[in-house]
Amino acid sequence: MNAVKFLFAAYIATWAIHLFYIGTLIRRFSRLRQQLRELGKGK
Amino acid sequence: MKKIFPILSIVTVALLGYALYLALVVAPTDALQGEVYRIIYYHVPSAWTAFLLFFINFVASIRYLTRSKASTEMGAKWVAIGIGVVGLIAPFLPPVRRLIPPGMEPSAVATTIVLIPALYFLVGKLFPGDRLDVLAVTSAEVGVVFCTIVLITGPIWARPVWGIWWAPGDIRLTSTLVLWLIYVSYLVLRRFSNSAQTQMLAAALAVFGALDVPLVYLSIWFFRTQHPQPVIGGGGSMDPRMLHVLLFSWLAFLLFGFLVCWSRFRLELLKREVEQAHAMESLAGAEDSEKASLPLSRGTR
Repeated sequence: MNAVKFLFAAYIATWAIHLFYIGTLIRRFSRLRQQLRELGKGK
Repeated sequence: MKKIFPILSIVTVALLGYALYLALVVAPTDALQGEVYRIIYYHVPSAWTAFLLFFINFVASIRYLTRSKASTEMGAKWVAIGIGVVGLIAPFLPPVRRLIPPGMEPSAVATTIVLIPALYFLVGKLFPGDRLDVLAVTSAEVGVVFCTIVLITGPIWARPVWGIWWAPGDIRLTSTLVLWLIYVSYLVLRRFSNSAQTQMLAAALAVFGALDVPLVYLSIWFFRTQHPQPVIGGGGSMDPRMLHVLLFSWLAFLLFGFLVCWSRFRLELLKREVEQAHAMESLAGAEDSEKASLPLSRGTR
């Protein structure tokens, strides 16, 4: 039973890392799109 | 192209869900390790995906480094072809065969080596010009994410099985950590250096980093390590049901990695577009201020 805790910890850690990375990608995308929009308005 | 991404995303989520079901419910329990062995269904596919991404980074970096001169590019092409031809024949020759570790099939060695020129030409065809550099940074960053998972899930598995989180001095563990550090350095270099030579320096660093990949992979064959022996191509005795689940899990993670790379690639293109727009704007601003200052300076003379 104790070992199962490690199994779930590994699976949760994997998805936490992937979701965190996907979150950073989404944040970077929206920031760049915002910058591009601002540059477009400035012209 | 815009329609393929959502479709692939749905397929990937379904595959990952099914892989999770297979890993937790269908795969039989290991007689020695119990349930905790199921960590391999995330640990091993993550490692294979990371290796593949670092390999792509290596090929893209080599192509980027050699593209400056036509003669160097031609030389690199012939070296790639030579590696392919030698790789196809050499593993089957008796003197070379003796050097191959027991359990490793010569056909597997040949296939792996032939992949080098195949990927070299494919990458050159699909990613012309500066897109090679975009591919290199994409594969390195996503590779680091997968390698981080390997370095985290490994110790979580080791704690209940070995009784320790980390085996200091173990070559497989140490070389994987070094690999991760090299690629983190690569990303730090790209993030914080503004020199015109950054892309070239990063490509050179990537070539050295890639040299660590075969060391990581082959370390369990050539050195005595605490890490388990390879499950595929190493003469391991894995239950076929476990092997099927492992391969399915890898397929799901491979597709997931491809989608993440696709997103990261588009992000890098967008970033470069924004940088270019910023540069154009500041150039236009400088020209305007120059024009505005000209009559005044003439008038003062």
